[in-house]
Amino acid sequence: MLAAASLKATCLNAVHRSTGARMVDFGGWDMPVQYSSLVEEHLTVRKSVGVFDVSHMGEIDITGPEALKLTDFVTTNAAGRLQTGQIQYAGLLYEHGGFVDDVLVHKVSGDHYFLCVNASNQQKDYEHIREQNRFDAEVRLSSDDYAQLAIQGPNARATLQKLTPVDLAAIRYYWFTDGTVSGTAARIARTGYTGENGFEVYIDPAEAPRIWNEILEAGQAFGIKPCGLGARNTLRLEAKMALYGHEIHASITPWEADLDWIVKLDKGDFVGRAALLRQKEQGVHRKLTGFEMAGRGIGRDGYEVLADGVPAGWVSSGSPSPTLNKNIGLCFLPMAEARAGRAIEIVVRSQPVAAVTVETPFYKRAK
Amino acid sequence: MYPENYRYTKEHEWVRVEGDTGTVGITDHAQEELGDIVYVDFKYGRDTLKAGQQIEQGKTIGSVESVKAVSDIYSPVSGEVVGINDALAEKPEKLNEDPHGEAWLVKIRLSNPGEIANLLSAADYQTYIGAEK
Repeated sequence: MLAAASLKATCLNAVHRSTGARMVDFGGWDMPVQYSSLVEEHLTVRKSVGVFDVSHMGEIDITGPEALKLTDFVTTNAAGRLQTGQIQYAGLLYEHGGFVDDVLVHKVSGDHYFLCVNASNQQKDYEHIREQNRFDAEVRLSSDDYAQLAIQGPNARATLQKLTPVDLAAIRYYWFTDGTVSGTAARIARTGYTGENGFEVYIDPAEAPRIWNEILEAGQAFGIKPCGLGARNTLRLEAKMALYGHEIHASITPWEADLDWIVKLDKGDFVGRAALLRQKEQGVHRKLTGFEMAGRGIGRDGYEVLADGVPAGWVSSGSPSPTLNKNIGLCFLPMAEARAGRAIEIVVRSQPVAAVTVETPFYKRAK
Repeated sequence: MYPENYRYTKEHEWVRVEGDTGTVGITDHAQEELGDIVYVDFKYGRDTLKAGQQIEQGKTIGSVESVKAVSDIYSPVSGEVVGINDALAEKPEKLNEDPHGEAWLVKIRLSNPGEIANLLSAADYQTYIGAEK
Protein backbone atom coordinates (compact mmCIF):
# COMPACT_ATOMS: atom_id res chain seq x y z
CA MET A 1 0.00 0.00 0.00
CA LEU A 2 1.23 3.48 -0.79
CA ALA A 3 1.12 6.58 1.34
CA ALA A 4 -1.79 8.90 0.67
CA ALA A 5 -0.83 11.32 -2.06
CA SER A 6 -1.00 14.30 0.26
CA LEU A 7 1.56 12.86 2.67
CA LYS A 8 5.30 13.15 2.26
CA ALA A 9 7.28 9.94 2.53
CA THR A 10 10.89 9.25 3.47
CA CYS A 11 13.17 7.16 1.27
CA LEU A 12 12.45 4.25 3.63
CA ASN A 13 8.67 4.34 3.31
CA ALA A 14 8.45 1.16 1.23
CA VAL A 15 10.76 -0.66 3.67
CA HIS A 16 8.58 0.29 6.64
CA ARG A 17 5.40 -0.75 4.89
CA SER A 18 6.84 -4.06 3.78
CA THR A 19 7.91 -4.86 7.36
CA GLY A 20 4.40 -4.23 8.65
CA ALA A 21 5.03 -0.98 10.47
CA ARG A 22 1.96 0.88 11.63
CA MET A 23 2.06 4.15 9.70
CA VAL A 24 0.60 7.48 10.82
CA ASP A 25 0.38 11.02 9.53
CA PHE A 26 3.05 12.83 11.52
CA GLY A 27 2.99 16.53 10.66
CA GLY A 28 2.29 15.75 7.02
CA TRP A 29 4.69 12.80 6.85
CA ASP A 30 3.71 9.17 6.47
CA MET A 31 5.84 7.76 9.30
CA PRO A 32 6.10 4.50 11.25
CA VAL A 33 4.62 4.93 14.73
CA GLN A 34 5.51 1.39 15.76
CA TYR A 35 6.74 -1.86 14.26
CA SER A 36 5.99 -4.40 16.98
CA SER A 37 5.06 -2.90 20.32
CA LEU A 38 5.83 0.63 21.45
CA VAL A 39 6.76 -0.60 24.92
CA GLU A 40 9.07 -3.33 23.61
CA GLU A 41 10.75 -0.91 21.23
CA HIS A 42 11.17 1.60 24.05
CA LEU A 43 12.70 -0.94 26.43
CA THR A 44 14.98 -2.31 23.70
CA VAL A 45 16.50 1.15 23.30
CA ARG A 46 16.98 1.47 27.07
CA LYS A 47 18.52 -1.99 27.41
CA SER A 48 20.28 -2.61 24.12
CA VAL A 49 19.82 -0.81 20.79
CA GLY A 50 17.13 0.43 18.43
CA VAL A 51 17.19 2.14 15.05
CA PHE A 52 14.82 4.92 13.96
CA ASP A 53 14.17 6.38 10.54
CA VAL A 54 14.16 10.12 11.17
CA SER A 55 14.69 11.13 7.57
CA HIS A 56 11.71 13.45 7.81
CA MET A 57 13.87 15.83 9.85
CA GLY A 58 15.04 18.91 7.96
CA GLU A 59 18.54 20.13 7.27
CA ILE A 60 19.67 23.68 6.61
CA ASP A 61 23.17 24.71 5.57
CA ILE A 62 24.45 28.18 6.41
CA THR A 63 27.64 28.97 4.51
CA GLY A 64 29.85 31.91 3.63
CA PRO A 65 32.29 34.32 5.27
CA GLU A 66 29.66 35.44 7.79
CA ALA A 67 27.99 32.07 8.34
CA LEU A 68 28.79 32.27 12.04
CA LYS A 69 27.35 35.77 12.37
CA LEU A 70 24.05 34.67 10.83
CA THR A 71 23.92 31.40 12.78
CA ASP A 72 24.64 33.22 16.02
CA PHE A 73 22.07 35.91 15.23
CA VAL A 74 19.20 33.48 14.63
CA THR A 75 19.94 31.03 17.45
CA THR A 76 19.83 31.51 21.22
CA ASN A 77 22.91 29.51 22.19
CA ALA A 78 26.50 30.67 21.67
CA ALA A 79 27.38 29.34 18.22
CA GLY A 80 30.66 31.26 18.52
CA ARG A 81 31.82 28.89 21.25
CA LEU A 82 31.50 25.83 19.01
CA GLN A 83 34.64 24.14 17.81
CA THR A 84 34.78 22.48 14.40
CA GLY A 85 33.03 19.14 14.76
CA GLN A 86 30.98 20.22 17.76
CA ILE A 87 27.19 20.40 18.10
CA GLN A 88 24.93 22.66 20.13
CA TYR A 89 21.22 22.56 20.97
CA ALA A 90 19.58 25.96 20.50
CA GLY A 91 16.32 27.80 20.04
CA LEU A 92 15.28 29.60 16.89
CA LEU A 93 13.09 32.45 18.16
CA TYR A 94 10.73 35.08 16.87
CA GLU A 95 11.33 38.73 17.83
CA HIS A 96 8.66 38.28 20.53
CA GLY A 97 10.67 35.51 22.18
CA GLY A 98 8.50 32.53 21.23
CA PHE A 99 9.93 29.51 19.45
CA VAL A 100 10.08 29.15 15.69
CA ASP A 101 11.74 25.80 16.33
CA ASP A 102 14.50 24.05 18.25
CA VAL A 103 17.62 23.10 16.30
CA LEU A 104 20.91 21.27 16.49
CA VAL A 105 23.74 23.47 15.24
CA HIS A 106 26.74 21.57 13.84
CA LYS A 107 29.94 23.50 13.12
CA VAL A 108 31.29 21.92 9.93
CA SER A 109 33.94 24.63 9.45
CA GLY A 110 34.47 28.31 10.14
CA ASP A 111 32.29 29.22 7.18
CA HIS A 112 29.78 26.37 7.33
CA TYR A 113 27.12 25.59 9.94
CA PHE A 114 24.72 22.68 9.49
CA LEU A 115 21.35 22.79 11.23
CA CYS A 116 19.09 19.84 11.93
CA VAL A 117 15.50 21.08 12.33
CA ASN A 118 12.03 19.63 12.84
CA ALA A 119 10.35 18.07 9.81
CA SER A 120 7.16 20.09 9.81
CA ASN A 121 9.02 23.35 10.51
CA GLN A 122 11.74 23.17 7.90
CA GLN A 123 10.22 25.51 5.32
CA LYS A 124 9.24 28.00 8.02
CA ASP A 125 12.71 27.82 9.60
CA TYR A 126 14.41 28.31 6.26
CA GLU A 127 12.28 31.36 5.45
CA HIS A 128 12.78 32.77 8.94
CA ILE A 129 16.57 32.49 8.71
CA ARG A 130 16.59 34.02 5.23
CA GLU A 131 14.48 36.94 6.45
CA GLN A 132 16.99 37.58 9.22
CA ASN A 133 19.95 37.32 6.89
CA ARG A 134 21.70 40.68 6.70
CA PHE A 135 25.12 39.03 6.49
CA ASP A 136 27.49 37.75 3.86
CA ALA A 137 26.07 34.25 4.21
CA GLU A 138 23.96 31.85 2.20
CA VAL A 139 21.09 29.76 3.50
CA ARG A 140 20.15 26.52 1.82
CA LEU A 141 17.38 24.07 2.64
CA SER A 142 19.18 20.79 1.97
CA SER A 143 16.73 18.26 3.45
CA ASP A 144 16.45 16.39 0.14
CA ASP A 145 20.16 15.59 0.29
CA TYR A 146 19.87 13.60 3.51
CA ALA A 147 18.29 10.58 5.03
CA GLN A 148 18.78 10.44 8.79
CA LEU A 149 18.95 7.29 10.89
CA ALA A 150 19.19 7.30 14.67
CA ILE A 151 20.94 4.34 16.31
CA GLN A 152 20.24 4.58 20.03
CA GLY A 153 20.93 2.57 23.16
CA PRO A 154 23.83 1.13 25.16
CA ASN A 155 24.76 -1.12 22.21
CA ALA A 156 24.45 1.62 19.57
CA ARG A 157 28.18 2.13 19.34
CA ALA A 158 29.00 -1.57 19.04
CA THR A 159 26.36 -1.90 16.34
CA LEU A 160 27.40 1.06 14.24
CA GLN A 161 31.10 0.35 14.72
CA LYS A 162 30.69 -2.78 12.58
CA LEU A 163 29.78 -0.58 9.63
CA THR A 164 32.32 2.24 9.86
CA PRO A 165 36.10 2.69 10.02
CA VAL A 166 35.56 5.84 12.10
CA ASP A 167 36.55 5.27 15.75
CA LEU A 168 33.15 5.91 17.33
CA ALA A 169 34.56 5.78 20.86
CA ALA A 170 36.50 8.93 20.01
CA ILE A 171 33.34 10.91 19.17
CA ARG A 172 32.30 12.76 22.31
CA TYR A 173 28.72 13.58 23.27
CA TYR A 174 27.43 16.37 21.01
CA TRP A 175 30.32 16.07 18.56
CA PHE A 176 30.30 14.67 15.03
CA THR A 177 32.65 13.31 12.38
CA ASP A 178 32.29 13.18 8.63
CA GLY A 179 33.23 9.65 7.58
CA THR A 180 31.57 6.63 6.03
CA VAL A 181 28.92 4.11 7.04
CA SER A 182 28.62 0.96 4.90
CA GLY A 183 31.03 2.52 2.42
CA THR A 184 28.87 5.60 1.92
CA ALA A 185 29.69 9.16 2.98
CA ALA A 186 28.03 9.84 6.31
CA ARG A 187 27.91 12.57 8.90
CA ILE A 188 28.05 10.67 12.19
CA ALA A 189 26.82 12.70 15.16
CA ARG A 190 26.76 11.56 18.77
CA THR A 191 23.33 12.96 19.44
CA GLY A 192 19.89 11.56 20.00
CA TYR A 193 16.37 12.11 21.22
CA THR A 194 16.07 9.21 23.63
CA GLY A 195 18.17 10.05 26.69
CA GLU A 196 20.35 7.09 25.74
CA ASN A 197 23.80 6.93 24.23
CA GLY A 198 23.75 6.79 20.47
CA PHE A 199 24.33 8.27 17.08
CA GLU A 200 22.44 10.09 14.40
CA VAL A 201 23.83 9.53 10.92
CA TYR A 202 23.11 11.68 7.88
CA ILE A 203 23.43 9.78 4.60
CA ASP A 204 22.47 9.86 0.93
CA PRO A 205 18.75 8.96 0.70
CA ALA A 206 19.47 6.62 -2.22
CA GLU A 207 21.67 4.50 0.07
CA ALA A 208 19.34 4.58 3.06
CA PRO A 209 17.34 1.37 2.46
CA ARG A 210 20.57 -0.65 2.12
CA ILE A 211 22.17 0.96 5.17
CA TRP A 212 18.97 0.54 7.20
CA ASN A 213 19.12 -3.21 6.54
CA GLU A 214 22.83 -3.37 7.28
CA ILE A 215 22.29 -1.65 10.63
CA LEU A 216 19.58 -4.18 11.49
CA GLU A 217 21.98 -7.00 10.58
CA ALA A 218 24.86 -5.45 12.51
CA GLY A 219 22.66 -5.15 15.59
CA GLN A 220 21.12 -8.60 15.34
CA ALA A 221 23.44 -10.02 18.00
CA PHE A 222 22.19 -7.33 20.36
CA GLY A 223 18.53 -7.90 19.58
CA ILE A 224 18.21 -4.62 17.70
CA LYS A 225 14.68 -3.51 16.82
CA PRO A 226 13.42 -0.97 14.32
CA CYS A 227 11.64 1.64 16.43
CA GLY A 228 8.84 4.01 15.56
CA LEU A 229 7.91 7.52 16.49
CA GLY A 230 5.78 6.19 19.35
CA ALA A 231 8.82 4.90 21.24
CA ARG A 232 10.80 7.97 20.20
CA ASN A 233 8.17 10.09 21.94
CA THR A 234 8.08 8.12 25.20
CA LEU A 235 11.89 7.93 25.27
CA ARG A 236 12.32 11.68 24.80
CA LEU A 237 9.62 12.39 27.38
CA GLU A 238 11.40 10.32 30.04
CA ALA A 239 14.55 12.29 29.25
CA LYS A 240 12.53 15.54 29.34
CA MET A 241 13.50 16.59 25.86
CA ALA A 242 11.19 19.19 24.36
CA LEU A 243 8.86 18.39 21.47
CA TYR A 244 7.89 21.21 19.16
CA GLY A 245 4.16 21.91 19.35
CA HIS A 246 4.06 20.66 22.93
CA GLU A 247 6.76 22.06 25.24
CA ILE A 248 7.85 24.72 22.76
CA HIS A 249 5.95 26.76 20.19
CA ALA A 250 5.37 30.36 19.12
CA SER A 251 3.67 31.29 22.43
CA ILE A 252 6.31 29.76 24.70
CA THR A 253 9.66 31.36 25.54
CA PRO A 254 12.82 29.48 26.61
CA TRP A 255 12.36 30.76 30.19
CA GLU A 256 8.88 29.21 30.29
CA ALA A 257 10.07 25.96 28.70
CA ASP A 258 12.76 25.60 31.39
CA LEU A 259 15.41 25.96 28.70
CA ASP A 260 17.35 28.85 30.24
CA TRP A 261 20.58 26.94 29.54
CA ILE A 262 20.22 27.31 25.77
CA VAL A 263 20.00 31.12 26.02
CA LYS A 264 23.27 33.08 26.15
CA LEU A 265 22.20 36.68 26.74
CA ASP A 266 25.83 37.82 26.99
CA LYS A 267 26.81 36.73 23.48
CA GLY A 268 25.50 39.87 21.78
CA ASP A 269 22.29 40.57 19.93
CA PHE A 270 20.12 37.80 18.51
CA VAL A 271 16.54 37.49 17.33
CA GLY A 272 14.30 37.42 20.40
CA ARG A 273 16.90 38.69 22.85
CA ALA A 274 15.11 41.98 23.64
CA ALA A 275 11.85 40.15 24.34
CA LEU A 276 13.61 37.62 26.57
CA LEU A 277 15.29 40.39 28.55
CA ARG A 278 11.97 42.17 28.92
CA GLN A 279 10.23 39.03 30.12
CA LYS A 280 13.01 38.38 32.60
CA GLU A 281 12.65 41.92 34.01
CA GLN A 282 8.87 41.86 34.13
CA GLY A 283 8.70 38.34 35.46
CA VAL A 284 8.19 34.91 33.98
CA HIS A 285 4.72 33.72 34.94
CA ARG A 286 4.71 30.04 34.05
CA LYS A 287 7.20 27.24 33.82
CA LEU A 288 7.39 23.73 32.46
CA THR A 289 7.20 21.25 35.33
CA GLY A 290 7.34 17.48 35.53
CA PHE A 291 4.57 15.47 37.18
CA GLU A 292 3.70 11.92 38.09
CA MET A 293 0.18 10.67 38.37
CA ALA A 294 -0.70 9.58 41.90
CA GLY A 295 -4.22 8.43 41.05
CA ARG A 296 -5.27 6.13 38.26
CA GLY A 297 -5.10 7.84 34.91
CA ILE A 298 -2.81 9.36 32.33
CA GLY A 299 -2.46 13.13 32.03
CA ARG A 300 -2.26 13.70 28.31
CA ASP A 301 -1.43 16.61 26.05
CA GLY A 302 -3.92 19.46 26.49
CA TYR A 303 -5.50 18.21 29.71
CA GLU A 304 -6.18 20.88 32.32
CA VAL A 305 -4.12 21.05 35.52
CA LEU A 306 -5.72 22.12 38.81
CA ALA A 307 -3.86 23.51 41.82
CA ASP A 308 -5.99 23.61 44.98
CA GLY A 309 -8.95 22.74 42.79
CA VAL A 310 -8.52 25.81 40.58
CA PRO A 311 -7.41 25.75 36.90
CA ALA A 312 -3.69 26.51 36.91
CA GLY A 313 -2.17 25.20 33.71
CA TRP A 314 -2.12 22.50 31.07
CA VAL A 315 -0.33 19.30 30.21
CA SER A 316 2.09 19.60 27.29
CA SER A 317 2.99 15.89 27.06
CA GLY A 318 1.98 12.88 29.11
CA SER A 319 2.28 9.14 28.83
CA PRO A 320 2.92 5.95 30.70
CA SER A 321 6.67 5.64 31.21
CA PRO A 322 7.71 2.15 30.10
CA THR A 323 11.04 2.44 31.95
CA LEU A 324 9.65 3.68 35.25
CA ASN A 325 6.24 2.00 35.17
CA LYS A 326 4.58 5.24 36.19
CA ASN A 327 2.40 7.70 34.37
CA ILE A 328 4.49 10.80 33.81
CA GLY A 329 4.13 14.10 32.05
CA LEU A 330 5.12 17.71 31.62
CA CYS A 331 2.85 20.64 32.31
CA PHE A 332 2.93 24.41 32.41
CA LEU A 333 2.24 25.79 35.87
CA PRO A 334 2.29 29.27 37.42
CA MET A 335 5.79 30.10 38.67
CA ALA A 336 4.70 29.88 42.34
CA GLU A 337 3.50 26.29 41.87
CA ALA A 338 6.35 25.14 39.62
CA ARG A 339 8.37 23.25 42.19
CA ALA A 340 8.74 19.55 42.92
CA GLY A 341 6.44 18.00 45.49
CA ARG A 342 3.37 20.13 44.83
CA ALA A 343 0.11 18.16 44.90
CA ILE A 344 -1.94 18.93 41.78
CA GLU A 345 -4.79 17.35 39.89
CA ILE A 346 -5.05 16.59 36.19
CA VAL A 347 -8.50 16.62 34.66
CA VAL A 348 -8.70 13.27 32.88
CA ARG A 349 -11.89 13.08 30.81
CA SER A 350 -13.83 15.37 33.20
CA GLN A 351 -12.47 13.69 36.33
CA PRO A 352 -9.77 15.36 38.44
CA VAL A 353 -7.07 12.78 39.19
CA ALA A 354 -4.36 13.30 41.81
CA ALA A 355 -0.81 13.97 40.64
CA VAL A 356 2.34 15.43 42.12
CA THR A 357 5.05 17.59 40.57
CA VAL A 358 8.48 15.98 40.46
CA GLU A 359 12.09 16.73 39.59
CA THR A 360 13.10 16.11 35.99
CA PRO A 361 14.41 14.43 33.92
CA PHE A 362 12.33 11.40 34.83
CA TYR A 363 15.07 9.13 33.50
CA LYS A 364 18.82 9.65 33.39
CA ARG A 365 21.12 6.99 32.01
CA ALA A 366 23.84 5.64 34.30
CA LYS A 367 27.18 7.17 33.31
CA MET B 1 -8.77 -13.82 12.40
CA TYR B 2 -12.35 -12.42 12.51
CA PRO B 3 -14.74 -15.17 13.64
CA GLU B 4 -17.69 -15.69 11.31
CA ASN B 5 -20.13 -16.09 14.20
CA TYR B 6 -19.32 -12.62 15.64
CA ARG B 7 -20.90 -9.36 14.55
CA TYR B 8 -18.88 -6.13 14.35
CA THR B 9 -19.29 -2.36 14.59
CA LYS B 10 -17.59 0.43 12.68
CA GLU B 11 -16.26 1.57 16.06
CA HIS B 12 -14.36 -1.74 16.23
CA GLU B 13 -16.35 -3.68 18.82
CA TRP B 14 -17.56 -7.23 18.36
CA VAL B 15 -20.46 -9.16 19.87
CA ARG B 16 -20.93 -12.93 20.03
CA VAL B 17 -24.52 -13.94 20.70
CA GLU B 18 -25.31 -17.18 22.54
CA GLY B 19 -28.95 -17.65 23.48
CA ASP B 20 -30.18 -14.34 24.85
CA THR B 21 -26.72 -13.10 25.87
CA GLY B 22 -24.16 -11.18 23.90
CA THR B 23 -20.46 -11.13 24.80
CA VAL B 24 -18.79 -7.86 23.77
CA GLY B 25 -15.16 -7.01 23.09
CA ILE B 26 -12.91 -4.91 20.91
CA THR B 27 -11.53 -6.19 17.64
CA ASP B 28 -8.02 -7.28 16.84
CA HIS B 29 -7.79 -4.30 14.51
CA ALA B 30 -8.69 -1.97 17.42
CA GLN B 31 -6.03 -3.40 19.73
CA GLU B 32 -3.46 -3.19 16.92
CA GLU B 33 -4.30 0.44 16.26
CA LEU B 34 -4.10 1.31 19.96
CA GLY B 35 -0.91 -0.59 20.68
CA ASP B 36 0.13 -1.49 24.23
CA ILE B 37 -3.03 -1.23 26.33
CA VAL B 38 -2.57 -0.03 29.91
CA TYR B 39 -6.07 0.68 31.23
CA VAL B 40 -9.58 -0.57 30.72
CA ASP B 41 -12.32 1.45 32.39
CA PHE B 42 -15.99 0.49 32.52
CA LYS B 43 -18.28 3.51 32.74
CA TYR B 44 -21.80 4.40 31.80
CA GLY B 45 -22.31 8.13 31.77
CA ARG B 46 -20.35 9.39 34.76
CA ASP B 47 -20.85 6.24 36.79
CA THR B 48 -18.97 2.99 37.00
CA LEU B 49 -20.65 0.34 34.90
CA LYS B 50 -22.27 -2.32 37.09
CA ALA B 51 -23.96 -5.64 36.61
CA GLY B 52 -27.71 -5.11 36.37
CA GLN B 53 -27.32 -1.82 34.49
CA GLN B 54 -29.55 -1.27 31.46
CA ILE B 55 -27.57 0.03 28.53
CA GLU B 56 -28.42 1.19 25.05
CA GLN B 57 -26.85 0.31 21.73
CA GLY B 58 -24.25 2.88 20.65
CA LYS B 59 -23.74 4.33 24.16
CA THR B 60 -20.30 4.50 25.73
CA ILE B 61 -19.68 1.70 28.22
CA GLY B 62 -16.08 2.56 28.97
CA SER B 63 -12.69 3.27 27.49
CA VAL B 64 -9.52 1.50 26.55
CA GLU B 65 -6.28 3.39 26.99
CA SER B 66 -2.92 2.50 25.49
CA VAL B 67 0.47 4.10 25.91
CA LYS B 68 -0.29 6.46 23.09
CA ALA B 69 -4.06 6.95 22.94
CA VAL B 70 -7.41 6.54 24.63
CA SER B 71 -10.51 5.27 22.88
CA ASP B 72 -14.16 4.95 23.95
CA ILE B 73 -15.98 1.63 23.83
CA TYR B 74 -19.53 1.71 22.45
CA SER B 75 -21.99 -1.01 23.23
CA PRO B 76 -22.97 -2.85 20.05
CA VAL B 77 -26.26 -3.94 21.63
CA SER B 78 -28.90 -2.86 24.15
CA GLY B 79 -29.73 -4.81 27.25
CA GLU B 80 -28.81 -5.59 30.83
CA VAL B 81 -25.19 -5.97 31.89
CA VAL B 82 -24.80 -9.48 33.28
CA GLY B 83 -21.01 -9.74 33.39
CA ILE B 84 -17.96 -7.50 33.43
CA ASN B 85 -14.46 -8.83 32.80
CA ASP B 86 -12.83 -7.37 35.90
CA ALA B 87 -9.68 -9.43 35.30
CA LEU B 88 -8.71 -6.85 32.68
CA ALA B 89 -8.11 -4.26 35.38
CA GLU B 90 -5.12 -6.33 36.52
CA LYS B 91 -4.07 -7.57 33.11
CA PRO B 92 -5.05 -5.01 30.46
CA GLU B 93 -2.38 -6.43 28.15
CA LYS B 94 -4.71 -9.42 27.65
CA LEU B 95 -6.55 -7.13 25.25
CA ASN B 96 -3.49 -7.08 23.01
CA GLU B 97 -3.02 -10.83 23.30
CA ASP B 98 -6.50 -12.28 22.93
CA PRO B 99 -9.01 -9.57 22.02
CA HIS B 100 -11.56 -11.98 20.50
CA GLY B 101 -11.44 -14.47 23.34
CA GLU B 102 -10.19 -14.23 26.92
CA ALA B 103 -10.18 -10.44 26.86
CA TRP B 104 -13.92 -9.97 26.36
CA LEU B 105 -15.24 -6.83 28.06
CA VAL B 106 -18.89 -7.25 29.08
CA LYS B 107 -21.77 -9.68 28.76
CA ILE B 108 -25.19 -8.24 28.00
CA ARG B 109 -28.62 -9.89 28.13
CA LEU B 110 -30.13 -8.59 24.91
CA SER B 111 -33.31 -6.55 25.19
CA ASN B 112 -33.63 -6.14 21.43
CA PRO B 113 -32.06 -9.03 19.51
CA GLY B 114 -33.19 -7.38 16.26
CA GLU B 115 -30.32 -4.88 16.69
CA ILE B 116 -27.87 -7.55 15.61
CA ALA B 117 -29.09 -6.96 12.07
CA ASN B 118 -27.56 -3.44 12.21
CA LEU B 119 -24.08 -4.87 12.72
CA LEU B 120 -21.41 -5.94 10.25
CA SER B 121 -20.56 -9.49 9.28
CA ALA B 122 -16.94 -10.64 9.58
CA ALA B 123 -16.48 -10.21 5.82
CA ASP B 124 -18.03 -6.73 5.79
CA TYR B 125 -15.96 -5.66 8.78
CA GLN B 126 -12.75 -6.78 7.12
CA THR B 127 -13.68 -4.91 3.97
CA TYR B 128 -14.43 -1.89 6.15
CA ILE B 129 -11.08 -1.89 7.94
CA GLY B 130 -9.32 -2.55 4.67
CA ALA B 131 -11.02 0.50 3.22
CA GLU B 132 -10.36 2.55 6.31
CA LYS B 133 -6.60 2.04 6.07
